[in-house]
Amino acid sequence: MIVEKTAPHEAEGFFGEADGSRVPYAVFSSKEIYDLEQERIYRGPTWNFLGLEAEIPNPGDYKSTFVGDTPVVMTRTEEGGLAAWVNRCAHRGAMVCRELRGNATSHNCVYHQWSFDTKGNLLGVPFRRGQKGQAGMPKDFNPKEHNLRQLRVDSFSGLVFATFSDTVEPLDEYIGETMGGYIKRVFCKPVEYLGCTRQYSKSNWKLYMENVKDPYHASLLHLFHTTFNIFRVGMKAHCVTDENHGLHSIIMAIKEGQDETAGGDYKEQNIRSYDEGFHLEDDSILALVEEYDVIATNHIQPIFPQLVVQQIHNTLVARQLLPKGPNNFELIFHFFGYADDTPEMRNLRIKQANLVGPAGYISMEDTEATELVQQGTVRDGLETSVIEMAKHEPDQSNTLITEKLIRSFWRGYRKLMNFDQSSAQGA
Amino acid sequence: MSHALRAELLALQDEYISTLDTDRLEDWPEMFVEDCFYEIIPKENFDQGLPAPIIYCDSKKMLRDRVVSLRHANIYAAVVYRHFVSGLSFSEQPDGSIEMQSSYLVINTSQIGESVVYQTGRYNDIVVRDGDRLRFKKKQCVYDTSRVQTLLALPI
Repeated sequence: MIVEKTAPHEAEGFFGEADGSRVPYAVFSSKEIYDLEQERIYRGPTWNFLGLEAEIPNPGDYKSTFVGDTPVVMTRTEEGGLAAWVNRCAHRGAMVCRELRGNATSHNCVYHQWSFDTKGNLLGVPFRRGQKGQAGMPKDFNPKEHNLRQLRVDSFSGLVFATFSDTVEPLDEYIGETMGGYIKRVFCKPVEYLGCTRQYSKSNWKLYMENVKDPYHASLLHLFHTTFNIFRVGMKAHCVTDENHGLHSIIMAIKEGQDETAGGDYKEQNIRSYDEGFHLEDDSILALVEEYDVIATNHIQPIFPQLVVQQIHNTLVARQLLPKGPNNFELIFHFFGYADDTPEMRNLRIKQANLVGPAGYISMEDTEATELVQQGTVRDGLETSVIEMAKHEPDQSNTLITEKLIRSFWRGYRKLMNFDQSSAQGA
Repeated sequence: MSHALRAELLALQDEYISTLDTDRLEDWPEMFVEDCFYEIIPKENFDQGLPAPIIYCDSKKMLRDRVVSLRHANIYAAVVYRHFVSGLSFSEQPDGSIEMQSSYLVINTSQIGESVVYQTGRYNDIVVRDGDRLRFKKKQCVYDTSRVQTLLALPI
C-alpha cells in the first residue's frame, strides 16, 4: 500500500476534542497550516489592526505595516479619511512604498515610476503614449483597472483596522458590544502616540495569542507580578470572550476588594514567583494613578488576529502581533498616552514602559516561554497540549485560575480554519 | 583636544564594557552618579522625537533595582554579551562635564553556542568628575537594531 504524505491537518482526528482543550502541536510549526492561515484568517473574514489614527494625523501621512505577512500601507487621505493598500506595484510587483513612515500625496514605484495616490489609485504611467512615434501602452490600456489592491478600512476608537474580505461584518459588529465596551474603557479620550518598540520571537504567533489569553501563567511565570501585587490569584477578575466567535477576549485584574491573604497562598504552596525578600529602592514604577471607573492593574485584550490592547498600571499600549512564517512572530508595542496628560502623568507612563515591551519587568518572560514551547514541540506534530484548567466551570469568569479563554480561542480558530470539517471527514 | 582626557574616557569605556561583559552587574550602577539618567531607546523613536524607551532609569536606585530584578525575579536564557565600541568623539562643556558619543556593537552568544549581532547603536553620554574618578551622569543607548531578538534582559 502506498501511503501518501498528507498535510498535518488532514490527519484523522486532528484536533480531537471539540472543546478546544487539546491542540495538536503541528499548528505551531507546519508551513502548510501557516499558508492556510494567510488565506483563511488574514485574507478571510477578519479585521486586522494596522495602527493608531494618532500615528497618521495629517493628510498624506502613511505607515508601512502588514496584514498577516502581506505588506500593506495605511494612509491618511487628502480628505482626512483612512485608506490602506497592498504594497505591491500594479505593474511588475515591486514594493511601492519603501519607508516605514512619512508624508506623501503620491507614491511612486522606483522601478518604472508608476505613481499612485494616497488611496492607491493609479495616477500615471511614464511613456504611456510612447514618444516620437515609438509605441507606448496599447490603446485599450485603462489606468482605472490597474490600481493598487485596495483594502476595506475602518477605525474603532482611534484604532485602525483593514480587511481583504468583502463579506466580513462591519468592524463594530466584528469587535462586538462586549469587547467594544472594554476598548472604550482605555480609548476613552483622544490619545497621543509616543513611539513603538519591536520584539521578534522565534516562535509561532498563536503561542503569543495563547499567552495573552492565559491568566493562569501570569502570576507564576512573572515574579514581578506576584511579589508586587500587580497580578495575583485572589484578585477580582474579568475573564470573558466576545459574544460572536470567541476569538477576542479580555483579562482584567482588579485591585478593589482584593483578598490580601493571597500572598500567603503562594508562600504556602512554595511558589517561586512570590518573593517577600525582593524590594525596589525606587517603587515609583509601581504607582497606579486611578484613571478609570474600574481600577485594574492589568487590562489585556486581544482583538483577533493582530491586536492586543493593554493597560498595565498607567502604561498604555496597542500591541500589533504579526506572523513571520510558521516559526517566528513580531510584536510591535505602540505606546500612547492621552492628549491631556499632565507632564507628571506623561513621565509616569514613560517610566512604566519599563514594565512592558522587550525588556519589560513583567513581559520579557513571555517570549522566553513561547520559544520554549516552539523548541519542545518541533517534532511531535500530532501530540497535543492539555488545556483543562477550570474546564468543568465554563461560566466562571471571575477567576484568574482558568484556561477557558484559550479553549474558546482554539474553538474559534478551528472553525475559521475549517478544521472541524476536515477532521470530521477523517473520522 | 586633550590626549590625557581622551585616554581617561577610553579607560572609562573599557571599564564599562568589561563590567557588563564579565557579568559584574552589581558594579554597573557604581559607574554612574546618584542623580543619573540611563535609557535604551530605538533610533526610530529617537529620530522622530518620540519618547517610548525599552529601559528608562532616572536614578541610580532604578539601576540597582534593574540588577536585583535580573538576579532574582526575571526569567531569561543565560547569554554572554561582548561589546565593541568605536568612533569616540567628545567635547568639554562650560560646566566641566564632558559630552561623549561613540558607536557600539553587541554580539550575543546563547547557551547552545550561537553568536549573533544582537544590537548596534550609538551611546550619547555625559560624563562628570566625581572625586578622583569619572562617572556617567547620562548614558543613552540609541539602537539601530529596532527588532529586539526575543528579549533584552542585560543592560547595554
